[in-house]
Formats: sequence, structure tokens, C-alpha cells
Amino acid sequence: MIDLLKDIENRFQTFDTVHQQKRQAFTTVDKGRAIALVTWLKENSGFTTLTLLTAVDWIEDGVFQLTYLLNNPDKGFELGIRVMIDREEATMESSHHLWKNMMTYQRELKEMFGIDFPGSPRLNESFILEGWDDIPPYRRDFDTKEYSTTTYFPRPGRKTNDPTEYMKSKMYPNT
Amino acid sequence: MEKDFDKKALTDMYKDKFLAPENEKRQVTAPDGSIIEIDPLDDYFCQERPKELKPRKGAVEKFLNWARAESLWVLGFGTGCGSIEIPPLVTPRFDMFRYGVQMRPTPRQSNVFIISGYLSVKTLKRAIRSYEQMPSPKYIIGLGSCTINGGMYWDSYNTINRLDHYLPVDVYIAGCMPRPEALLAGFGKLKELIKEGKGEKANEYARNFDWYKANQKKIIKDWNMPDFNW
Repeated sequence: MIDLLKDIENRFQTFDTVHQQKRQAFTTVDKGRAIALVTWLKENSGFTTLTLLTAVDWIEDGVFQLTYLLNNPDKGFELGIRVMIDREEATMESSHHLWKNMMTYQRELKEMFGIDFPGSPRLNESFILEGWDDIPPYRRDFDTKEYSTTTYFPRPGRKTNDPTEYMKSKMYPNT
Repeated sequence: MEKDFDKKALTDMYKDKFLAPENEKRQVTAPDGSIIEIDPLDDYFCQERPKELKPRKGAVEKFLNWARAESLWVLGFGTGCGSIEIPPLVTPRFDMFRYGVQMRPTPRQSNVFIISGYLSVKTLKRAIRSYEQMPSPKYIIGLGSCTINGGMYWDSYNTINRLDHYLPVDVYIAGCMPRPEALLAGFGKLKELIKEGKGEKANEYARNFDWYKANQKKIIKDWNMPDFNW
């Protein structure tokens, strides 16, 4: 694993490498080299399985973090490739030609985060949210509670207790 | 066949909306080779509003209610995590067949719809279609707290909070999740209601049809199916 990490560091200038466990590592790569790296890993290093493609919204930094989680079934290696892309102009090169299931992940990301993958098939078809007309719900500036209360006829009379205070009042009522 | 239904109003209603591809007009080759034009909105769907089912007189209605209560046929439609409670009900341990309850594969054969848990907007659309295709008298059991007030998904962007704003609910079974015993108790309660002649929610749906439709359309934003589809 260490050899592999050093190798891809030389070839693709990866940085921020975290060797999490014996067979699990995460590394970050530039947006432009990401698909080349993923292709290289698939073709030459036996990372033939795409476990998942997911995104994290780092709203404070103004970036989306894409994670390509790849798996090497022969050696049991798991490698996460992180890519930071701009939040305002969220576009990423499509890699649907590498794995068939990549198409579905990209479609989901387009719907949930609004990240565009030009050229990916069936990208603009609605996936889970049919007829969604707000900003994509997994972006962190989307207020899900407010959306729910204004849309879905909340039943009145629902109350929430702060767990700490509530348990204190229940268990130690005299203090 | 004479229709008192204004078809133009319907087409105007959907003019600026996307109509589901299977509902568009198309030309079909009939088995004898002739080409016929099919307009699914006109040909495949009934175009009458739901009607209230008037009760029969005296003992006849009592007998009918008894018969309805003793043969509850449940639509096999699982909407949320609650549908995992249905398989144990069918199997010998809880065995709902002894109460006259059984599962049916299609809406046309069933008269009880268990909304088992949370309903996302996408599923609600299918649930409405299934419910409207069921023959009256029909009953809805709301299973789990999600159907009552949203449950643990009360602040979710994609699940409804109150089922009774979109579909009429006869019996609620509270809990997260209710055990199969609770479901059996719910069936018992539903039987009582029907025998007393109180299983009237399908009629209520027909009476307040416009209110229900308005609520449904408020959250289903790409309404691309006919309003009257049973």
C-alpha cells in the first residue's frame, strides 16, 4: 500500500495522504488529474471495483469534496480519491465510461448537490426528487426544517425537550 | 357512451405541464392490422369523480358490513420500513389468515391499504394512484408514527408529515415500529369500525375530493397523471 501511495504521489502529485489503516488510505488530487488517476488505478493497479462516489459540502471553504472510493478485491486495498471542486461552479469531468454504476452516482449527485457532470447519460432525469423546484437539498445552505414546516402541513402540538435538561428534571427533581 | 366530463378542461389543465409519456396520444396497430389512435386519458381512465357509496337499508347493510369486516384483503404495497412487519404477519407465528386478512397483489383486488411508515413524495404519488384504483369500500391503515405526525422524519425535506391531508385514514397504529401484534390489534379495531358502520373514510374522500386533490397537488409538483384514474 505504501509503495502504491508513493507511486501515485510521483505520477499524479497527490497530496494530503492519510494512511488510515493497513489496507485503507485516502488521498487528494487536483481536479484535472483526478479522472486520469482513477483510470490508471483501474487499469494498472487492480482497483477494479467502484465502491461509491460521494460528495461533502464544505460550505465554509466554498468547495465540494468528491470522494471516489475504489476497491482492490485481490489485495483487499481500499483507496479513497478526494477531489475538491469549486462550489459556485460545480462541474466535474464525467467518468461513466469506467464503471456502469458511476452513471447512477453522478445522477444522484446532480440531483442532491447540483454538481454537473457533462456528458453523463440520463443526468437530468429526476432520480428521487420528482419535480423538485428548490435548491438541491444536500447543499448545506438548504434549510430542510423550514422547507418541511412550510410544505408538509406539520401537525401542531409537537414539542421537543433538551435531553440534558429533561433527564435532569426527571432524575434529580429537587436540585 | 355519453360523457358528462369536460375533456377540454382537463387538457387545458395539463397544457403547460409535462404529461407522462405513457399518457400521451399515440397510434397503435390493432391485432387485425388496422391503425387506431389511442388517447390514454380518454380511453384507459374512468372520467367520473369518485362517488359516495350509499348504505343499504337495515339488516342488509349490517350483513354487508359483517362480510366486509371478515374479509380484509390487503394491498401488497410496502411504503417504508414498516413493511418489514408484514412478512411475519403472513407466516405461521402471527398468521393473519385466521382473521380473514390476506395479501393481494393488485389494487383492483384489495380493499385495505396499509401505509407502512414514512411516505416520500415520490411514493405518495404511487400510493394515491393505487388507492384510487382500489374498489370501494376501501380502508387505510396508517402504520407507525410517520403517518401520524412525520415521526422521526418530521423535518425531512422529502417525507410528508400528516397522511390524513392526502389520503383518508381509518385506523392509526402508533409506534416506531409497531410490532405485528399491534398490527393485528389494528385489524381488530378496523373490523369493529366496519361492523359498526363507521368505516366511511372512502366516502369522506369522495365528499372532500377537491380538498384532498388540492393538498396532493401542492406537494406533488410534477403532477403528470390524470386526476381521475380509477
